Amino acid sequence: MRTIRFLLEKEFRQIFRNKTLVAMIMVVPVVQLLILPLAANYEVKNINISIVNHDNSDYARHLITRITASGYFRLTSLNTTFDEALAHIESDEADLILKIPRNFEKNLVRENKQKLFVAVNAINGVKANLGGAYLATIIRDFNQDLMLEWFQPSRTSQQPVIAVTPTNWYNPYLNYRLFMVPGILAILVTMIGGYLSALNIVKEKEVGTIEQINVTPIRKHHFIVGKLIPFWVLGMVVFTLGLLVGWLAYGITPEGNLGLLYGFLALYLLAVLGLGLLISTYTDTQQQAMFIAFFFMMIFILMSGLFTSIDSMPSWAKVISRLNPVSYFIDVMRMVVLKGSGLADIIPHMGAVFVFAIVFNTWAIVNYRKTS
Amino acid sequence: MVLLQDLSKSYDKGNVKAVEAVSLEVPQGELFGLIGPDGAGKTTLFRMLTTLLLPDGGRATVNNLDIVKDYKAIRSQVGYMPGKFSLYQDLTVEENLNFFATLFGTTIEENYHLIKDIYQQIEPFKNRRAGKLSGGMKQKLALSCALIHKPTVLFLDEPTTGVDPVSRKEFWEMLKRLKAQGITILVSTPYMDEATLCDRIALMQGGKILAIDTPDAIVQQYPEKLYGVRAAAMQKLLLDLRAYPNTLSCFTFGEYFHLSFKDDHAGAAEDLERYLESKGHERIGIGEVTPTIEDCFIRLLKQ
Repeated sequence: MRTIRFLLEKEFRQIFRNKTLVAMIMVVPVVQLLILPLAANYEVKNINISIVNHDNSDYARHLITRITASGYFRLTSLNTTFDEALAHIESDEADLILKIPRNFEKNLVRENKQKLFVAVNAINGVKANLGGAYLATIIRDFNQDLMLEWFQPSRTSQQPVIAVTPTNWYNPYLNYRLFMVPGILAILVTMIGGYLSALNIVKEKEVGTIEQINVTPIRKHHFIVGKLIPFWVLGMVVFTLGLLVGWLAYGITPEGNLGLLYGFLALYLLAVLGLGLLISTYTDTQQQAMFIAFFFMMIFILMSGLFTSIDSMPSWAKVISRLNPVSYFIDVMRMVVLKGSGLADIIPHMGAVFVFAIVFNTWAIVNYRKTS
Repeated sequence: MVLLQDLSKSYDKGNVKAVEAVSLEVPQGELFGLIGPDGAGKTTLFRMLTTLLLPDGGRATVNNLDIVKDYKAIRSQVGYMPGKFSLYQDLTVEENLNFFATLFGTTIEENYHLIKDIYQQIEPFKNRRAGKLSGGMKQKLALSCALIHKPTVLFLDEPTTGVDPVSRKEFWEMLKRLKAQGITILVSTPYMDEATLCDRIALMQGGKILAIDTPDAIVQQYPEKLYGVRAAAMQKLLLDLRAYPNTLSCFTFGEYFHLSFKDDHAGAAEDLERYLESKGHERIGIGEVTPTIEDCFIRLLKQ
């Protein structure tokens, strides 16, 4: 016990003497939480549109006003030929082209139907998709308004109509930040815990202090535990800081039990730190450790369900994301923070993370050898 | 005491033989020196004896404990000071010492008497971080840390490399005092002049031991008479000496060339002088010199 206490004392001294490290641990989560949720926004605004208008009618002008008034689109140019508009797309000034055909109004009134042509620049897939969808919605609304204008709705409907009125639960206004902040916080805690622990033992190897430690009668698991606890505590601190930022800057307070959140975090940190330690037992320099940790972090983050939903991944990718501890944490964060899930709901997640923690740490202890 | 029997270690799947079948015995309380150039295998040998490295072949015991089987027991009985400074640079002098004392389950107070002589010299700086110490002070701290658990065998890997001459001298005096307390000390060094300060030495090269004896005995075993030769044009002198028919060996040694004759008859030196004069050398000096460890080492290397 005395040994572990001294190991901890030593680790904490070293951490607090490393001013850059302390600053990074404290500042990075705060700054990232303030910047990322605001910048990483799925909502696409300022879609540049070029309109080729062959019909100088009232309706055509109405439609154009509607599009520009929606707030999503910015009218780049009004052209008379499609080629001119295409030139704008080619020079990257426009993302979309809407072509209004000749006799748009006349045909619409006379034949009761008309076709519009939409061309989308699909280089930025998300923007193209959403832009196209927004435009389609606006046109549909426009169409409906026309219907109302032409046919007064009869009191008794001719055909049965099913009206769908969706309600968004847990995030009624589809507030994007409510969804992103817990996820980003999960990533931050993972990164800080993972990197710090991965670099730590390796640093001792690089500086050579491990030689001196290895000739002492210290027990392997004492040494590893002495390395784990300080970063476990730091992970808790970073998480608390992040929660505070979420509350102060975004007004997000967990719906569920705060204790449950910390309970899960305690288990989760063991898994992440175990992975970091495992990496550091396999590497000899901080550079190697950094790259390997980076490799795993990239995959973990991209396949965590933070940016893209796991449910829409192909089945092989779903299997990988099952092996990704981060995906469980993000899930739990969203469940507890947004939905107010209780212990029973996150038991499967806890089980999975517990297995990760056991596997990584055992592996690390076995692989850390005092003799080469 | 330390006993080695055919201890071997190779790297790179046996391609690099770092230590080849080394056998030696160091009785208790001896100050034993491993003398050899860089890459001789000294560090590998030390790392095996301190249980940091597993040998490929042979066996060795430290205090009658097997270095493979009883590694745990050995770790609490030996002190090791690696060649590279390997204490925590971001901890202070006192914190380092305290830390290592704790790892060995002891305290500074308990064994203060052992390190007193050494530690007192760095005690004024005990709140300074180890990384900010000078080279000599670092060595003293490292030695203190290696001694804090009262080891019976001390392994010092090139403790004086990169240390100024005054600190080096002090360091060896400290070793003598430790020896007086009955601690067995194995020290490696690339400096030949430090060899004479050891009780016995082993000359090591390419993973093999060339000779083991007391420094005096090794010097006395030097078979030929040795002459120191110098002249105004040293570069030309070396070529001429090597071309001289009666030269057995000739190598640079400080500001002289050390030379031995194939046929060392009376007047051999005068013959050489006449030969050199005929080659146009000026200010020729030839005199007999007592061989040093370095001479012995160079001779052994040539065999």
